[in-house]
Amino acid sequence: MTDGARYNFVLVGVGGQGILLASNILTEVGLAAGYDVKKSEVHGMSQRGGSVVSHVRWDREGVRSPLVGHAEADMLVAFERLEALRFADFLKPGGTAVVNDMEIVPVTVSAGGATYPDQAVVTATFEALAATMITVPGERLATAAGNIKAANVVLLGAISTRLALPEETWRACLTQRVPAKFLDLNLTAFAMGRRVALAA
Amino acid sequence: MKRVLSGNEAVARGAWEAGVSVAAAYPGTPSTEILEVMARFPGVYCEWSTNEKVAVDVAAGAAFAGRRALAAMKHVGVNVAADSLFYTSYTGTEAGLVIVSADDPAMHSSQNEQDNRRYAAFMRIPCLDPADSQECKDFTIAAFELSEQFDTPVMLRTTTRINHSSTPVELGERREAGAGREKFPRAAEKYVMVPANARLRHPVVEERLRRLSEWVETTPLNRIEWRDREVGVITSGVAYQYAREVLPSASVLKLGVTHPVPAGLIRAFAAEVGRVVVVEELDPVIEEQVRLLGLTCEGKSIFPLIGELDPSAVRAAAAGAGLPVDHEPAARTALPRPALPGRPPVLCPGCSHRGVFWLLKKKKLAVSGDIGCYTLGFLPPLSSLHFCGCMGASIGVAHGAAKAGLKERVVAVLGDSTFFHTGLPALANVAYNRANVLTIILDNGTTAMTGHQENPGSGKTLQGGTAGRLDFEKVCHGLGIEHVALVDAYDDGALGRAFKSLMATQEPAVLIARHMCALLPEARRQYVPLTVIEERCNGCGVCFNLGCPAILRSDTLDPESHKPLALIDPALCTGCELCAHVCPHDAIANRDQMRLLEDHGGDTCPVGGAGGTER
Repeated sequence: MTDGARYNFVLVGVGGQGILLASNILTEVGLAAGYDVKKSEVHGMSQRGGSVVSHVRWDREGVRSPLVGHAEADMLVAFERLEALRFADFLKPGGTAVVNDMEIVPVTVSAGGATYPDQAVVTATFEALAATMITVPGERLATAAGNIKAANVVLLGAISTRLALPEETWRACLTQRVPAKFLDLNLTAFAMGRRVALAA
Repeated sequence: MKRVLSGNEAVARGAWEAGVSVAAAYPGTPSTEILEVMARFPGVYCEWSTNEKVAVDVAAGAAFAGRRALAAMKHVGVNVAADSLFYTSYTGTEAGLVIVSADDPAMHSSQNEQDNRRYAAFMRIPCLDPADSQECKDFTIAAFELSEQFDTPVMLRTTTRINHSSTPVELGERREAGAGREKFPRAAEKYVMVPANARLRHPVVEERLRRLSEWVETTPLNRIEWRDREVGVITSGVAYQYAREVLPSASVLKLGVTHPVPAGLIRAFAAEVGRVVVVEELDPVIEEQVRLLGLTCEGKSIFPLIGELDPSAVRAAAAGAGLPVDHEPAARTALPRPALPGRPPVLCPGCSHRGVFWLLKKKKLAVSGDIGCYTLGFLPPLSSLHFCGCMGASIGVAHGAAKAGLKERVVAVLGDSTFFHTGLPALANVAYNRANVLTIILDNGTTAMTGHQENPGSGKTLQGGTAGRLDFEKVCHGLGIEHVALVDAYDDGALGRAFKSLMATQEPAVLIARHMCALLPEARRQYVPLTVIEERCNGCGVCFNLGCPAILRSDTLDPESHKPLALIDPALCTGCELCAHVCPHDAIANRDQMRLLEDHGGDTCPVGGAGGTER
């Protein structure tokens, strides 16, 4: 996807989906792999069900801007389908879209009568960007691993298959970041995410 | 050791390493985490003060006692604190006094995007402007030293992008906090700002600024990076990062200090480059200073004045102005996307404010609102909040409208923490000047919007020390307000009755609607997700009008009306029962019925029959 000297990631979804923890781990992995790293996110009203966006950048020569520019993300990681569409133009043409198979209906749809876009729109959008799209059933796999909340770690597993880093670096960072009693669960979720992305 | 820290974590770390003894703040995005992080360090007293002005007074008092002190706030908090900040500029201090102003370009969670570098010039104090987390830490330490060297408060001015970005930081050791003074200083000419003394202090302040203007020429906080000299960029803060990314070949004068600016350094830099370009976010603060020196420069003629910069915006503007960009702006791929439904922040499932706004909507009342989660009551479908200006403004605006002789009653609505912030003096004003204002205090026991901080009503403090618990009813009675009612915000019947009785009076009245925030751990333990009894639901849609994210439109249509039935998402529903209460067809099982359903294994419905649901 790139020469491996630098990576831009944009992670998007809805408050409460564990995006901030996922981007923290992604940042630590970059640092552990010898990159300069920056991560940027907006908190604030996200806890109240709004969209959440987190930018993570790795660069061996040093990261400047904490934000990724439009059409400059090597990878868009969408925890939710509508948010995948909303932030699609961050993705570089030919980049990778990791899309969680999850719909969270906003009140503009449930109460306001707007229409939630269907899967075909998502597929067509990423086709227009000539993107590799990997769909991951994050919540389903996380539930199988033991806790639905580990969907973020399933997605990290999927991401890890598209980067030239040893799997051990990821597992070591997970071990550092995750409470010991949930470690096995998270390592299982991570492995499941890897498996489904490798098969995609 | 290097660790990835957010700007806020790095400011806290820097203050701690600098030996800070006292830190005070009122929560406000994007500044909140500074105190939350600092509170966990040993040897620092940290508190949530009732508002930013009080926080500055607390920090000033500690600094007068000879202990390094810090006050942190969001940009609009500086407005609240300005009166105090101005006296600290005149008095100076006995130990380092640092004020953190966290500005919010793009207004991610604010009511305006004021540029507080202006305040530093206004107050004649130095302003430091860090560009990443390492600088957040280093500049915080430098700010304490500068404060003591020049006997001045120092503003550390950050922006959301700095506060909430994380970058690697080299950690250091703590410089032991000094013993401080034994006694409060007795130096009336310095600390008693009556006119006679203040007149003597003003020249001291101006002389201090003159000396700072000399110091700023040589401080390593400013630096020149020589590259190609065709274009010379002058920049500060996060804009430095964008300029470096987009204009990698340009020479750069990076200002770590944006007030006062180094006139000599700017002149010397400008003389060596072909084209002087100022890249800064929000106001043309640096640009104006450069122009005052009689130099030619470009800035806001190229880059946006409004909103937050980002690499794409800077690149597009720079390319348009013929500057040597790293690459041309990316072409926009036409995407086959329809207009997407928005995802605005909303009142959470189980939010205790929802019932109050439902009531206000039904009564078609004008509502003067305030700053907090409940501001979201303005959004459809509730659409029942008609003013929000700043912290504490709800009550005064309702009072003014009443005194103007408006035919319609205006109700003031504000939260528990906001009430203690600046609602209290406004309510005293209502009590004193006697308007028929009904003030509704939405008491959810926490400062929810900024992430659940303690406040005087919650009875706990930031560091878990001894806390007072202020009693809303007693406070209102103490102000001389006779008509005060306290109800459970989930009890919509009681809420309606109390409201009716308070509206019947033409005197000042207060309704305290209390129920803990549904996101608190204690509330989470009490969740009982409800369910729609499909055979009773006819898709009338009343419950959709509550704007609860847990209530969805089902794919099943009512056979007669062909409207979608309601569907409750069990993963989101807390069981607050508001929907069950407003449903005209008793089609939503309440908590007791849900427990019965569970006892019956969920396969039979024991709630049918003529009796219907109990209220």
